[in-house]
Formats: sequence, structure tokens, C-alpha cells
Amino acid sequence: MTQTGRDERARVVLRASHLSKVYTMGEVEVHALKDVDLTLHEGELLVLLGASGSGKSTLLNILGGLDVASSGRLFYGEQELSAASPSELTQYRRDHVGFVFQFYNLIPSLTARENVSLVTDIAADPMHPEEALALVGLESRLDHFPAQLSGGEQQRVAIARAIAKRPRVLLCDEPTGALDAATGRLVLSVLDRVNRETGTTMAIITHNAAIGRMGDTVLHMSSGEIVERTHNERREDVEQIAW
Amino acid sequence: MVNGRGPGSWLRMPALQRKLLRECWHLKGQLLSIALVVATGIMTVITMRGSYESLIEAQQRYYNDMRFAEVWSSLRRAPDSVRARIQALPGVALADTRVSFLATLDLEGLDAPAQGRFVSLPERSRPQLNDLLITRGRYVDAASPDEVIISEKFANARGLLPGDSLRAIINGRARDLDIVGIAISPEHSYSVPPGSLLPEDERYGVLWMSIRALGPAYDMDEAFNEVFVTLAPGASERAVITRLNDLLEPYGGYGAYARRDQASHMMLQGELDQNRVMGTAIPAVFLGVAVFLLHLVLGRLIATQRGEIAVLKAFGYRDGEVGRHFLMFALLAVLIGAAIGTVGGVMLGRSYIGIYRQYFDLPGLQYQLSPGLLMLALLVSLTGAVSGALGAVRKAVALPPAEAMRPEPPVRFRPGFLERMGAGRMLPAAGRMILRNVERKPVQAFFSSLGVAFSVSILIIGLFMFDGVTHLIDLQFRKIQREDISVSFLQNVSASARYDLGRLPGVTRVETYRGAPVRLRNGHWSRETVIQGMESDGVLRRIVTVDGVVHPVPAEGVVLSQVLARRLHVQTGDWLIAEMLEGRRQSKRVRVTGIVEDFLGVTAYMDLAALHGLSGEQDVISGAYLSVQADERDNLYRQLKQVPAVAGVASPASMLASFERELARNIFISVGFLVGFASVIAVGVIYNGARIALSERGRELASLRVMGFHRREVATLLLGEQAVVTLIAIPLGWLIGYGLAYLMVESLQTDTFRIPYVIAARTYWVAALITIVAAAASAFVVRRRLDSLDLISVLKTRE
Repeated sequence: MTQTGRDERARVVLRASHLSKVYTMGEVEVHALKDVDLTLHEGELLVLLGASGSGKSTLLNILGGLDVASSGRLFYGEQELSAASPSELTQYRRDHVGFVFQFYNLIPSLTARENVSLVTDIAADPMHPEEALALVGLESRLDHFPAQLSGGEQQRVAIARAIAKRPRVLLCDEPTGALDAATGRLVLSVLDRVNRETGTTMAIITHNAAIGRMGDTVLHMSSGEIVERTHNERREDVEQIAW
Repeated sequence: MVNGRGPGSWLRMPALQRKLLRECWHLKGQLLSIALVVATGIMTVITMRGSYESLIEAQQRYYNDMRFAEVWSSLRRAPDSVRARIQALPGVALADTRVSFLATLDLEGLDAPAQGRFVSLPERSRPQLNDLLITRGRYVDAASPDEVIISEKFANARGLLPGDSLRAIINGRARDLDIVGIAISPEHSYSVPPGSLLPEDERYGVLWMSIRALGPAYDMDEAFNEVFVTLAPGASERAVITRLNDLLEPYGGYGAYARRDQASHMMLQGELDQNRVMGTAIPAVFLGVAVFLLHLVLGRLIATQRGEIAVLKAFGYRDGEVGRHFLMFALLAVLIGAAIGTVGGVMLGRSYIGIYRQYFDLPGLQYQLSPGLLMLALLVSLTGAVSGALGAVRKAVALPPAEAMRPEPPVRFRPGFLERMGAGRMLPAAGRMILRNVERKPVQAFFSSLGVAFSVSILIIGLFMFDGVTHLIDLQFRKIQREDISVSFLQNVSASARYDLGRLPGVTRVETYRGAPVRLRNGHWSRETVIQGMESDGVLRRIVTVDGVVHPVPAEGVVLSQVLARRLHVQTGDWLIAEMLEGRRQSKRVRVTGIVEDFLGVTAYMDLAALHGLSGEQDVISGAYLSVQADERDNLYRQLKQVPAVAGVASPASMLASFERELARNIFISVGFLVGFASVIAVGVIYNGARIALSERGRELASLRVMGFHRREVATLLLGEQAVVTLIAIPLGWLIGYGLAYLMVESLQTDTFRIPYVIAARTYWVAALITIVAAAASAFVVRRRLDSLDLISVLKTRE
């Protein structure tokens, strides 16, 4: 497998070496992550595939500064996240990371626009909330509350909220997990477009192997290890992917 | 091994019960805060109502044992033969007579003069009525004329013991008396020197002596100047008073009065009445608040268990079983609360009674818990808990399990009223979230605020009393009693005495007064009181209203205190008949030329010259107010002790000192209780409110943390809502406190004493501050829990 030229030119955003995560549950030690090495470049779209319990969520959480590895090192640019304090991790998330959750996690008491402003209010160089919502095709639903939006619309608001601060890294945990196929495809194409247009580095968790075809890199995980790395020479259009 | 019966029984315990125990442990903070609210409710009932009942019982027993009289009269002098005629009056069960005088005591080491109330004891056996209880030493021996028994409080204050001696100026002659015993009596449970407002045990005591010693000293051989009777069953007190007055008229009777007007009884009864009001009102408020909180908090708590209820139902548990399971939580809270409240209430009741024991001589006074009272408090708390829990449980079990297991749909929000008014644009997103959450559940927010408001109002009704008393002290000692000392004479003297007084060392100003006992009559309404004749251009004593306004002494007519005017059904401009009860005892019409609202007593004021006209006596005075140079005061006291005509010398400064000492102690105790109680309520509402909001919105808040919000920012969102609740509660609590204080003033008002309805601005702020501190403390505890929010769970499925 050869590295694509694009990857070689691009700067490294996240670099992990020998990451391991051990949970102690009573007297049982669970190795959620075993000796994972990973490099994520500027603008790269990474798809993490694996069954539940394969460690992909643990990896994503550690990359996003929600969790810390038991051993190994993780760098965001020059900053060593594996040595950061909880407050520094919060600042890292605040300044550089966007999250998209399976269940959207919108704030029910805020409108679409306000859910986005929640993030732009605390970001250094954000988009206008309207601009972010236009990017996900919701310019006409600005003042709707979550309860007034469909699942796909809610997830697009969540994506707008995640990208509005122009994060360098966007992490998506099963973003289509709660959606039907057609709506799921719509959400993925929004993510794809955001990646292409803004150059945001992205990691998407899914258990749907077909989705792997839209990424630059696909990591297959099993029992906390990366068992297979695939680099797609050409990313497939989301519309072409069938599942 | 929760139940301590070994692992076997733990395993046999039904899973549902194990769940209950585990959850109670998990929710221990909330459980405890609810239990504490119940505990305060029960505790106040047990402490305050319980000590009231104990006091009443001790009072009744004491009165019976001492054969406390029911009607009293003082008179100038009557021969002993009159006693049989009094005994023969219809309606009189028992009659007893005695001799009683005020005299100056010459005590070592006391700069200000002291006074003694000398009371005669019969030669043989004990008094038939108004007996005394010897607490140390022995009864007097009629054969030894210098033996004396002194009142216990005076003895304690002066450190006097049987065997000590004491010098008194009796009828102008110094006499050394041997103390043989120390005693208490219901007549003097609360002994206030003439002209004072509060007991001054250091310088006022009661001294009992044999009639054989006291009679001759006061020219009362085979005569008496006090009589008291008990009533035959069914006799009319009013009729007996009238008959007694008629009988004593020729002997210079000063007017008979009933037990309720007896000074010591009145003070004690006033305290007991106050205790009854407090012992009813405060526990009612507390128990009400406790019940309300139980309802509120349990309701919300159970609402958060919606999913679990569904799962239980899906497994085949019946509604009744599920309902019982959640009701157990309520019952547990009440039972823990009742246990703490009962133990705490009894302990507090004992210390409460301990204070009363220092204050009143009520032998055998002990705190007693009545089981009926406890049952009542428990029942009311249980009702509140069960009704609150039941509502929420019923709502939860009403849902079909499949529906209940689904996450609740996103809550419908829409811009509320305030936002439509444009308030939203001025707020940041966090502010809007807080505002919408409050607006979405306005009823819940209102009731939470109401709960906290009660804590504010409880503080206000506790603290405002001190404002009233401070106001009263200020009025009494800075606006009314402006003399350095007041001198009272044994009997009325010629007004020329003012020149003698003016010549005494250090005296810079003399204003004379006359206190004339009188019966004021308007039709069939009548009232015995004292007309205060005062110099109309005086500056040392003036008529001052509750508002601190000086009311001029009119040249003609009488000025009545408002309560007296109400009793007599007169208004300014009306006429009264004044029957003088001393001197020539003439009756004359007098016009009411003013009515003033004052705090103490049922007083009538007149210009001194006008009073002379009314009584038909020229230029007599019964005392004087003096301004004295500070450095000459001791010298003056020494000289006044030598003047035979002087019955007593009082100094407002020493009255003020004893008043303030008493007040400081009371403030300390009451404020301690109230701050504790109010804090429990505030914590109960705020802590539970925040904890429940946390479980309702934990996911939302965790999402924000994932997005990079700092802990402080997320805490602002959660606790902001509680802050809004608290801020709404404060003015609401002020309003409730204002109303409750008014009710309190009204129900505590007696003839002789009114708490001024004055609430200082400081009281409002202190009440608000204490509540805010309690709320902030609860917020801090919840904040710590918020810090440990599980961020990763947010990425997982819905709860």
C-alpha cells in the first residue's frame, strides 16, 4: 500500500503512538485499546469500521480529548494531549474539535440557530450560525426548535454546530446510526462536502462497511486493535454508495 | 449484609427491595435533605408546642399548690375586722389580707439604689392564699422580728444566702435584717420594679417578713393594705370586683383587679401567649413548608424514574407493586425525618425549657413530650409525602411500558412571553436556555420559588421581633425616658419638694410628676389605670407615639393610649368620668383631648395642673425626674438613700443595660434556631431542584462539556435556573414575611405590651443573604457532582 501524494504533502494533525486503554472493571481488566498507532493529516477523511466493542469509540474519545489513554502518546500538532490536564483538554475541544453524536444531542430549549451560536459564542474565529446552517442546507429552518425538526434535520443542525467554529478536527460517532438510509446518505454527503470545501480533518465511526468507500483512509478495528488499514485512491461519491 | 442478618437474607430479599435500598443509598443526599425538612417541621412542633404545653402544665400546678389568688385589691388602710366582711362577700371562696410596702435597700457595692417589696406573713401558719415556696433555708419565726425571707432571683443576683444579713430603710429607719430563707412565689415569678419594664434582679427583690415585725413598722397594727380572694365555683369575677370595690371604698381602695391584670401573672401569661402563638404559627409554617417540599421534590424525583418504572412494568410488575416501591422512598424520608425531628425536638425542647426555668420561677417545670402531638406531626408529614409521591407515581404507571421506555420526545420549547417582549435578544444563549427552562415549567418554578420564599419569610418573622424591640428601646430610652434618674416618694408630697431635690448634689434639672390611680368610666365601660400628670413644658418625660413623634401635653383634658381608648370606646372629643382612687376620691368629668398609639401599658396622660384640678388637690406630686451630672451621681444616690420620703430611685441606664443583656441572649438563641431551620428549607429546595435538574438534563450538559464548555460555564447553565428561582423567591419571601409579621404582631398584642410592627431594612437583607448563602452552599455541592459528569456516556445511546 502506498501513501497518496496528498497525504505526504499535508501536515500531520493528530499523531498517536502505542495508544492503549485499559479499563478496570472490578477484578477484570478490559483492554479496550491495544497499542494503536495512527496519523491523521490535514483534510483527511478517516473512517473507523468495526463491530461494537471493537474499540473504535474509545479511540475516537481519546482523539477528541474526552478520555485519556492508559499508555502511549498522542500529539495534536506539537501539543502532547496525553500529558494535558482536564482543563487543557477542555480548551483543546473548545478550540479545535467538533463532535457529531449518534443522537444529535441538541439542546431542546434552543433553536437551530441558537444551538449553533452556543458554539460560535465561545469560538475564536467562527462562521456565522446562518452560514453554517446554510452549509448543511438548513437556511430555511433557522428558528425551529429541535422538537420541530426531523431526525435528519436535527443531525444536520448538529453538524452545523460542530463545524461552525471551523474546527481542525471533526469527530463523528455513528452519525447515521439513528437515521434511515436515505436520510443517512444525505447527512453523509453533507459531511463529505464539508470535508472537501473546508478541508476539515474528519474521523467517522460506523459499523457499516459500505461507508468506508467515502474515506481517504479506512481502519478496521477488532478487539481494540487496528487489524486492517486501507487507503482509497479515489473517494467514492456518497450518492454512489449503496447499503 | 445490609440488614445484618447474614448473606442469606440479603440474597432472599426481593430484587425490588434491593433496588430501593441501593437507590436510597445513591440518592442519600436528596433523601437526607428531604428528611431534614421533615425533621425541622416535626422538631418545631415538638419543641415549641411541646414547651408551651409543659409551661402551661407547670403554671397550673404551681398556681394550685400556692393557692394563687384570683382577685386583688390594694387600699390605704383597713382594720383586720374588715377581712371577715370580705370573706362573707357573695362569690368569694377564700380571702386573705396582708401588709405590703416598698422600701429602699442599702446594699453594699451597689451604686444605684435598690428597692425591696416587703410583704407580710401571718403570725401563725402559712398565708391562706398566695403562699410562697421555700427553696432554701426556713420559714420565719414570728418571735424574731428581724427575720426575713428573700426572693430567689434577688438572692441569686446578689449572692445572698440564708445566714447573711441585709440593711433596709423601713419607714425612714435603717434596719438590719437576718435572711433565714429563700423563696419563690407565683405573684413574683416575674418581679419588675416600679417604673421599670423588665426585671432587674440586682436591684429589686421581694422580702417576706412576719406581720408582727412589718405591721408596727408601717403603722399597720391589726390592719392591712392588700387583700386578695379566690372565687367560689361559678362566681362572676366582675361581680366580686364590684362588691370588693364598694366595700373597700371607705378604706381608700385603689380598685380591685383580676388575676389577668396581676403584674407577674400578666408577664408570664404574655410570655405563654407569645409561646402559644409561636408554638402554633411557626410549626404550622414549617410543617406546611415541609409537606409542600415533600410533595414537590418527591414528585420530581419520581418523574425522573420514568424509564425504570416502564421496565418494571414490562417485566410484569403490577402498578400497585411499582407504586408501593416508590412510595417507600417517601416513607423512608418521613421516618428518618421523624426520628431526627423527635430526638432533636426533645433535646431542643429541654434546652428551651431550661431557658424558661432561668426566666420564670416555675417549680417542677420540665419538658414533656405529648404523644398525641408527635402523632399529629407525623401524620401531617406522611400525608404530604404520600400525596406528593402518589401524584408522580400515578403519572408514571399510567403510561404503557413501551411508550415509557422510549426516551421522552424532545421537550417542546417556544419563545416565552418575556422573549416575545424582546428580552431574549438581550440575553446570551445560556441566558435564553435558563429563561426558557423557567418559562417552560412556570408552575414548578413558581412553587420552587415559593419554597425558598418560605425560608426568607421565616427569617423575617424571626428577626423582625428584634427590630421591634430595638425600636422600642430606642423610643423608651432615648425619646421617652430622658432623665438620668427618677425618684418616687412613699406617698404624695408637696410640689415644693422640687426645690429640695434641686438642691441635691449634681442635680441640674427637676421635673415633677404625679401618678394618680383612677377609674375611668364611659357608660358601662370602665377601666382602672393611672393618670400620669406631667409638666407640659417638660423635656425629660414626654408623650411619644410609636412613630417617635412627640405629642404635646394639652393644657386641658386627658390623653389616652390607643388601647385604653379602644377599651373605653371613646374617641378624641368624648367625655369620661374620672373617679380618683386616692386623696379626696372625687369623681369628675374629663374630656379626651388626644389619643396616642404607644407600646406599653394602658396609660392616660394629663398636664400636672389639670390633674390637680381633676383631683381637687393642690400641688401634690408623687415623684420627680432628674438630670444629674455624671460625676455627682454616686454622691446623689448616697444622699437619696437617707431621705425617708423616698420610696425608690430608678435609673433608665441600668434598666437599659438589663434589657439589652436579656435581648442579646434571646437574639442569639432565636437567630441560631431560625438560621438553621431556614437553611434546611432553602437547601431542601435548591439542592433537590438542582439535583433533579441535573438528572433531567445531564445529557444536555454533558454534550456542552464535550463541545468544549468549561465546567464553570456548564454549572452556570444548571445553577442559573436555581439562581433565578432564588432571586424570585427573595421578594416573594419579603412579602410573605411582611404579612406573617403583621399577623404575629396582631396575635401577640396584649394590654401591656405590643411588639412594634417595624421591620428594619437590614432584616430584609439579612434574610435574603442567609437564604442566598444556603442556596449557594447547595449549589456548590451539586456543582461538585456536575464536575464528575460522565462525558463519554453522551456519545452512547440515550439513557
